[in-house]
Amino acid sequence: MKLFLLTFMNGLTLAALYFLVASGFTLVFGLMRNVNLAHGSLYLLGAYIGYDVADTTGSWFLGVGAGFLSTAVFGLLLQVFVFRRMEGDDLRQTLVTIGISIVLADLMIAIWSGTTYQFDPPEWLYGATKMPLVRAYPTYRLVLLGAAAVIGVGLWLFLNRTRVGMMIRAGVDDRGMLSASGVNVQLVFAITFAIGAGLAGFAGVVGGTALSIAPGEDIRYLLASLVVVIVGGMGSITGAAIGALLIGLAEQFGLAYSPTYGVVYTFVIMVAVLAVRPQGIMGARA
Amino acid sequence: MDQAVEQPIDRTGGRPAGDASSNAGPTAEPNTGYFAGRFAWIAQIRVHHILVAAFLITYPLAVGEFWAVQIGAQILIYGVIALSLMFLAGYGGMVSLAQMTIAGFAGYLCAIFGVNSAGLGLGWPWWAAVAMGLGGATLFATLIGWISVRTEGIYTIMITLAIGVAFFYFARQNYAIFNGFNGFAGLKPPVVFGVNWRDPTPFYFLTLAVAGLAYFGALYLSRSTFGLSLQAIRDNPRRMNALGFNVKTHRILAYTAAGFIAGLGGLEWIWLNDRISPGTISVGPLINILVIAVLGGLRHPVGPFLGAIVFVLLQNFAIDLIDRERFNTVIGATFLLIVLFSPDGLLGLWSQLKARLGINRVGPSDADQQYRNPSVRQSESPAAVGQRFTTGIGGN
Repeated sequence: MKLFLLTFMNGLTLAALYFLVASGFTLVFGLMRNVNLAHGSLYLLGAYIGYDVADTTGSWFLGVGAGFLSTAVFGLLLQVFVFRRMEGDDLRQTLVTIGISIVLADLMIAIWSGTTYQFDPPEWLYGATKMPLVRAYPTYRLVLLGAAAVIGVGLWLFLNRTRVGMMIRAGVDDRGMLSASGVNVQLVFAITFAIGAGLAGFAGVVGGTALSIAPGEDIRYLLASLVVVIVGGMGSITGAAIGALLIGLAEQFGLAYSPTYGVVYTFVIMVAVLAVRPQGIMGARA
Repeated sequence: MDQAVEQPIDRTGGRPAGDASSNAGPTAEPNTGYFAGRFAWIAQIRVHHILVAAFLITYPLAVGEFWAVQIGAQILIYGVIALSLMFLAGYGGMVSLAQMTIAGFAGYLCAIFGVNSAGLGLGWPWWAAVAMGLGGATLFATLIGWISVRTEGIYTIMITLAIGVAFFYFARQNYAIFNGFNGFAGLKPPVVFGVNWRDPTPFYFLTLAVAGLAYFGALYLSRSTFGLSLQAIRDNPRRMNALGFNVKTHRILAYTAAGFIAGLGGLEWIWLNDRISPGTISVGPLINILVIAVLGGLRHPVGPFLGAIVFVLLQNFAIDLIDRERFNTVIGATFLLIVLFSPDGLLGLWSQLKARLGINRVGPSDADQQYRNPSVRQSESPAAVGQRFTTGIGGN
């Protein structure tokens, strides 16, 4: 029973992390039809930059901020200088993101080498919190869970209650119509891309603190984002949350109960969803 | 390759209509004389075809062992695996990132059923292990196709990448079947007809023969009824569906055919490297295949081989240009440049060059026709096709 509950909690925290990464991915995809295969690289880039900032300033929170800001700016530059030039040509955009991820991964190894880094979060975040049934659980993971929930709700409010969010949603439904009604679509695209990329960098620092940062993590989180949005449905924040929950729990339960075949569970979920509902659980259209 | 399909499309600035159907059969070139009927293809042989063939055959005899195997054979093997992607993406409009996974699967099966140095193989005779590898890879590819044809365009990239990475993690974790992180070593090509195919020159010719088989097979298939329907489906799935073609079956069969080609490449791969491990099918190699195919160009089966030449040469000699460790930066940047400036890869660059220089030969081979007119090419680039899939503009 205790193993079950612990696995459940671990699954939830992993799901929270996956949600943070995948929400940016799905947001960008929903609006721009751009499968940003460099999303995992943004995660890792944010983590490294966040680490450097946290290391020099000694403030973990500054590191989190730097992780978000640096990748947001990077994403903004990408959108303005690369993707805007090939708008509507989504396959080409996707290929470009592959090229970028290859170069980024290699350059990050050149700069930060292959060493594994470990963040140093503030004291009060570190220890363990007493909890019923499982007795104690790392405080940091609970905070991560809370942060993901706050960001999830925040994103929902942003998309559903603000003017920019309204524009983004309108853009998802019909880009042409939004542009025709006088909205600067390029600006909306740029904002969305910056937020999506920033979330990846944010998740990099936050996730890097929960686990660790090392080369190869970019692929792991890219795969997680892919599977989460395939399962949850492209372009839907709610879908990303549902997908992240399913995949995070499946992965942790797989690890705990049948280590060799853990990855198969994830895969079976993906295939099952595709077979029954090709557009994903919350996907709007095929 | 898809002349018959392209007919309804307005070819602004195109050639006379009669010219466009030169691959439709013996009637296309009336002066073929003796070469009518089933030997019509002989009339299409040009001087440069013979030169290329002569070069490929004399190449290993003129160079050393390193150039024959590490460069020559490796180019041909990469070319075959990338050809399987070109077949899917160029003719079917489906960009799959799982082609290296399929090739690796063939290699794994051959290692498991045949002989390997870890003593874990079942020790079947080489022909049975090869048949298992090819058959298994074809089946696996069909399964992947069955899953991924439920999605279209860029979704396909995501699904196939997810499948490929999932298989990589699975093979790495699973010791019962795939021997986990270590994989299998000691995988040698068999001694057949008294020839040790492990020796450099025979091995080069083995890869050349397989590459030729795959190349002409893909070319033949692209002009068969199946291939033409597949290209028509790529251009307008909804219309083909309305005409009574089974869109899904065609697409799945394209995966099957491409899977067989990838399987061939996979078997050669393990013989070249003498081993198979999860590293062979990790994300880097999966993406390398895409890089090779896109570098060369997705419009014609020769593209992947051109891409493989650039890739292998860079891989071996980028060390001289830049730091040894930074190969990925070089290849990634090359890939980026090609995608940014020439969506049709090296083939596209070549045709642009020819268009600029105004080279115009009499009786163009159909391979060249595709690249004669930039406006046609642009409107039909695979990228444009992919876009049509996702936005649904094509469905009129």
